[in-house]
Amino acid sequence: MGSITLNKVSKSFGEAKVIPSIDLEIVDGEFVVFVGPSGCGKSTLLRLIAGLEDVSGGKIMIDGKDVTDNAPAQRGLAMVFQSYALYPHMSVRNNIAFPLKMAKVDKAAIDQKVTDAARVLNLTDYLERRPSQLSGGQRQRVAIGRAIVREPSAFLFDEPLSNLDAALRGTMRLEITQLHHQLKTTMVYVTHDQVEAMTMADKIVVLNRGNIEQVGSPLDLYSRPRNIFVAGFIGSPKMNLIEDDYARSKGAKTVGIRPEHFTLSRDSGLWSGTVKVAEHLGSDTFLHLDVDGIGHINARCDGEFGARHGDRIFLTPNETKLHRFNEQGLAI
Amino acid sequence: MATQNTRALARFMMAPSVILLLVWMIVPLSMTLWFSFQNYNLLNPGNVSFAGLFNYQYFYSDPAFFQSIWNTLVIVGGVLLITVIGGIGIALLLDQPIFGQGIVRILVISPFFVMPPVAALVWKNMIMHPSYGVFADISRLFGFRPVDWFAQYPLLSIVIIVAWQWLPFATLILLTALQSLDSEQKEAAEMDGASAFSRFIYLTLPHLARAITVVILIQTIFLLGVYAEILVTTNGGPGYASTNLAFLIYRTALLGYDVGGASAGGIIAVILANIVAIFLMRAVGKNLDR
Repeated sequence: MGSITLNKVSKSFGEAKVIPSIDLEIVDGEFVVFVGPSGCGKSTLLRLIAGLEDVSGGKIMIDGKDVTDNAPAQRGLAMVFQSYALYPHMSVRNNIAFPLKMAKVDKAAIDQKVTDAARVLNLTDYLERRPSQLSGGQRQRVAIGRAIVREPSAFLFDEPLSNLDAALRGTMRLEITQLHHQLKTTMVYVTHDQVEAMTMADKIVVLNRGNIEQVGSPLDLYSRPRNIFVAGFIGSPKMNLIEDDYARSKGAKTVGIRPEHFTLSRDSGLWSGTVKVAEHLGSDTFLHLDVDGIGHINARCDGEFGARHGDRIFLTPNETKLHRFNEQGLAI
Repeated sequence: MATQNTRALARFMMAPSVILLLVWMIVPLSMTLWFSFQNYNLLNPGNVSFAGLFNYQYFYSDPAFFQSIWNTLVIVGGVLLITVIGGIGIALLLDQPIFGQGIVRILVISPFFVMPPVAALVWKNMIMHPSYGVFADISRLFGFRPVDWFAQYPLLSIVIIVAWQWLPFATLILLTALQSLDSEQKEAAEMDGASAFSRFIYLTLPHLARAITVVILIQTIFLLGVYAEILVTTNGGPGYASTNLAFLIYRTALLGYDVGGASAGGIIAVILANIVAIFLMRAVGKNLDR
């Protein structure tokens, strides 16, 4: 059980209105990712759900119960913080056991649960260590362990991977996703990294300046962005946004073309341009092009397409994959 | 950083200050040690001779000796107890966002800036005085007989005055430690269902352990030698009721003019301080290496 409903939730700090008004439905068992640029209110929204901040207006319901005025501990949620927030003077075992101890669970049951959680998270060998003796990834797992043992109705993650290096981030991403498949508990995950959002989420909530820009599955957002903001935010490398005669010829103010939706050629095409930078990743090559009459364009091509700096190449956009936006920036 | 070269250079550069400090310490210590084995009385300065252990025997057989050691320990222990517990309490209060926080903090710190004799005189004449002290006024207001603090509870009075002076120090150190507590840890504990009291026991107190250790160690150094407060209030009395070791040495040296005896007392004080230091480092010193 772990459905969360936000009903016209708003939050202001003094004069600053961080979240004007948000309605959102999170279904039980879903992996929901809040994503947006820094300062968009995604962490604040998570803290409102957790109960660490008071709402300025609106209601928060968990499993149909109004918890707006409940203390954090009464909401039955568990949170994993960006800094892990482990208790530095306690061993890993005591860290994981802490919420159970606070809930006055008896000792045998605590031991059982801690042992189980440690096995799931590969922490069995580290139970007697202090957090300071662990690596970043292990600390992360302890923080998750502390959340798991409470058997919460939902997990909240506040940018949990941003302190890890790139390789570890990839591994932990996988582990958290697997954990979700295993536990089938609702997870709400905040990140500014759209790659994390795309790879982990069942449902992505794109936030900008405290407003929800779009809610949908990763592929939904990728293939049918509702507006220019979502189009530019989701997808890597970023979508090309073109405003000129070409856009007008397609009946739009702005036309968006994803870098992978070009046909590149050495001898003919609709546009021609010069390669400024070519990033060879092996499987793919990202080209940063200066296209005549249009300007900067990102294109993605096969790893075998051996373009180099200064090469002249031709490219043709795939017209069936165009995104068209009107004056207000909304998709047509 | 630590190549052979830099280490040698570092030693060389540190040498002047180390030597200065060493001389500063060794000369008075060895002179005290030397005088403690001499018959040396300022009333009869011409007649100086080797005394062997007589001075120690004399000091030891002084009826005030054991009481003064006990009083020294009571003052140290009592003041530490009040300042650490009170300091934690006040620091917790000052850590809350309140109106006029800056002013309140300065007011709380201010006793530390008052010199010990002045503070003791203020307490003696304006607060604890049996006829026109504030405490006496309060007692009379409720119809009780005023307490003559320095006659009835001389040692407790000294402890209260010294604790008042050191409370700001403890508060200041503990407050800065409190402010360095990670707010996400507090929030995590809150999410984990810990009550305010449990958060204090399991999170705040362990976090403060190192600061409390610092407070205890530093204060002990100064509290072993409390002197001015005793001099201007009780003058060690009544009898020897509020005489500590430092004050007993002062009496022997400057009232009895017995340099040899006082030196022996000084050496005993050094030994006592070291015993206390060893005891303390065993008890709380492990908090420092983390």
